[in-house]
Amino acid sequence: MTFSINARSLKIVAALSAALAMGACSKNPNDADGTGGGIGGMGAGAATPGSQQDFVVNVGDRVFFESDSTELTSTAQGTLDKQARWLSQYASYAITIEGHADERGTREYNFALGARRAEATKSYLAARGVPASRLRTISYGKERPVAVCNDISCWSQNRRAVTVLGGPTS
Amino acid sequence: MTDLKSPALSRRQAAGLLTGGLVAASGLLVPATVRAQSAYLDIRRGTNFQPIPIAVTNFVGEQGQALTGIITNNFKRSVFLQPLDPKSFSQQITNPDQAPQMDAWRMINAQFVVTGRVARAPDGRLRTEFRLWDVSTGQQITGQQYVTDPNNSRRVAHIVSDAIFSRITGEKGFFDSRVVFVDESGPKERRIKRLTIMDQDGGNVRYLSKGDDLVVTPRFSPSSQDVAYMAFGQGDPRVFILNIETGQREVVGNFPGMTFSPRFSPDGQKVIMSLSQGSASNLFTMDLRSRATTRLTDTSGIDTSPSFAPDGSQIVFESDRGGSQQIYVMGAGGGGAKRISYGEGARYSTPVWSPKGDYIAFTRQKAGAFGIGVMKPDGSGERIITEGYHNEGPTFAPNGLYVMFFRDPGGAAGPRIFMADVFGRGEFPVATPGFGSDPAWGPLLS
Repeated sequence: MTFSINARSLKIVAALSAALAMGACSKNPNDADGTGGGIGGMGAGAATPGSQQDFVVNVGDRVFFESDSTELTSTAQGTLDKQARWLSQYASYAITIEGHADERGTREYNFALGARRAEATKSYLAARGVPASRLRTISYGKERPVAVCNDISCWSQNRRAVTVLGGPTS
Repeated sequence: MTDLKSPALSRRQAAGLLTGGLVAASGLLVPATVRAQSAYLDIRRGTNFQPIPIAVTNFVGEQGQALTGIITNNFKRSVFLQPLDPKSFSQQITNPDQAPQMDAWRMINAQFVVTGRVARAPDGRLRTEFRLWDVSTGQQITGQQYVTDPNNSRRVAHIVSDAIFSRITGEKGFFDSRVVFVDESGPKERRIKRLTIMDQDGGNVRYLSKGDDLVVTPRFSPSSQDVAYMAFGQGDPRVFILNIETGQREVVGNFPGMTFSPRFSPDGQKVIMSLSQGSASNLFTMDLRSRATTRLTDTSGIDTSPSFAPDGSQIVFESDRGGSQQIYVMGAGGGGAKRISYGEGARYSTPVWSPKGDYIAFTRQKAGAFGIGVMKPDGSGERIITEGYHNEGPTFAPNGLYVMFFRDPGGAAGPRIFMADVFGRGEFPVATPGFGSDPAWGPLLS
C-alpha cells in the first residue's frame, strides 16, 4: 500500500467525492480517526476486487443526509444496495457504520442524531441481507467533519454515514 | 466603638471559612453599627441598574500589585461593579489601615474604596488584608485578613473579590471558582481535545488529559473533586468520571450502548445521562454509591442534555419527541414531562438549571442563528443574551448571575469561551490558551 499522492489520482478521487480521500488507504480504516491517508497512485479501476479500496472507490463507502434528517434518500439507498451486495460477496469484513452530523446543531443532540443515521444505515444493510452481527455502529456527532467551511454545500458533506471495513470477522 | 484608625487586627477565627488549611480567614475590625449586611445594589430588580464605581487601590507590599490586578480584572467582568481607572486616583494609599481621604475619592465619583496589604508572615506564609470603605459615610464597611500558602495567592485575590462583591451587592460571590472546559487544537477535521481546568478568570490553567482520546462535555461535581465527561476510546463512547486530584478515572455504569451528556445531581450522589440504543436516546441515572441505574424516559426520540433543579426535585432536558428540539421539565423520578419552550420557529437545546433556581439557560436556534438565553422554569420571561452564527452550551456561575458559553465563528477557526451576565448587560471573552469549548462552571470553593 503506497501513501504517495499524485495530482491526477487526487482529481479522480475528488470527482467521486470530495470527502473520499479520508480513510480510504490509511493504516487505520476508521474514517473518523482523521489520519487521512490518500488513494495513493491507484485509479478507480485499479483497486483489487474485494479490497478496501475497491469498496471505497467502486462501491462508495458513504451516504449523505438532509439537514436534521435520518431518512435515506434514493441516492443513499442506491449506494447501500451496492454496499450490501459487495459486503455479502466479501463476507469476511467486520463493519463499523459511523454516523456524523454537520456543525449546525448542538453537540449532544448531534451525537444522538449521528447514532440515528448510523442505525438507519445499519437497518437498511441488514434488511438487504448483511448479517446484523457483522454491523457495529458508532456516532461521532459533529466531532469529525470531512469538509471545513461555513456554507450549506459543505455542511451537506458532513451529514453522513460511513461504512468502514474493519478486520476480518473470526 | 472601635478606633477605625487602629492598625490592630481582630483575630477572630472564622472557622467556616477554613478551606483545607489553605486559606484561613479572620475579620478585620468592623464597627458593630455597620456590620448589619444591607446591599448597596439591588441587582434582583433586573436590567435597569447603574454599575457601582469602585476604586481598588494598590495593595501595599511586594505582591500587592498582582493581587490588585486580579481583583480589578474580576470586577471589570462583574458588570455590577465598575472599577475606576487607577490613573484617576489622586490619593496614593500608603497605610491601608487608615481611612482614605474621602474628598479625594468623592472627586472621581468613587462610591467605594478598597485598601489592603500583602505581607509575608514569619513562617513564610502570605498574610493578605483588605478593607472596604464607603465613601459617602467615610466608614469601613467590611474587612478581612487571610493567611495562606504563597502558591495560593490567586485564590486569595478571588476570595477578597467575593467578599467585596457580596458586601456591595448582597449576592453570593463567584470569583473563587473554577471552570472545566475542552481545550481544542489542531485542524478541524481531527481536533485534539483535552480536558482542562482553570480559574473562572482564565488563570491557573491545568490540563487533565493528554489529548489521546476525544473528550467532550465535562461537568463538575457540586460536592467533590470529580468531573464527569464523555470520551471516545475502545468500543462505545461512554461517560467517565475523573477525579481531578488523584487522576483516577472510571466508566459510569455498564450500559449497552453509547452514553453521553452527563451531569451530576445537586448532592453529587448521582449522574444523569443519555443512553443511545437503536435510534432512540433516553435518560438514565446512576447512583454512584450503589451503582444502581434507573431509566427515567422511554421514548423513541432523542432525550438529552438533562440538568437537575438545585433542590433535586425536578429535571430539565431537551427532547425532539414533539418533532423538534424543545425543553421539557419533569419530576426527578421521571414521567409527566411538560414542555416549557414555545418560541415561534425556534428550537431549544442544552438547558441547564441555575444553581439559584430562578432561571434555565439554553441554546436557541432560530432563523439560522444560535443564541444563548434564559427563561424561568415555567418557560416565561425568555430573554436572549447573545445571538450569532454559533453560540452553544451555557453554564451558570455558582451564584446564578452569569453564564459562560462557547462561540464558534465557523470555517477553519475554532470556538472561544465567553462570559455574560444573565441580564445581557455585559459580555467578556474568557482567555484560554487555545480554542476552548464546553465550559462547565464549578461550585464556589470557599
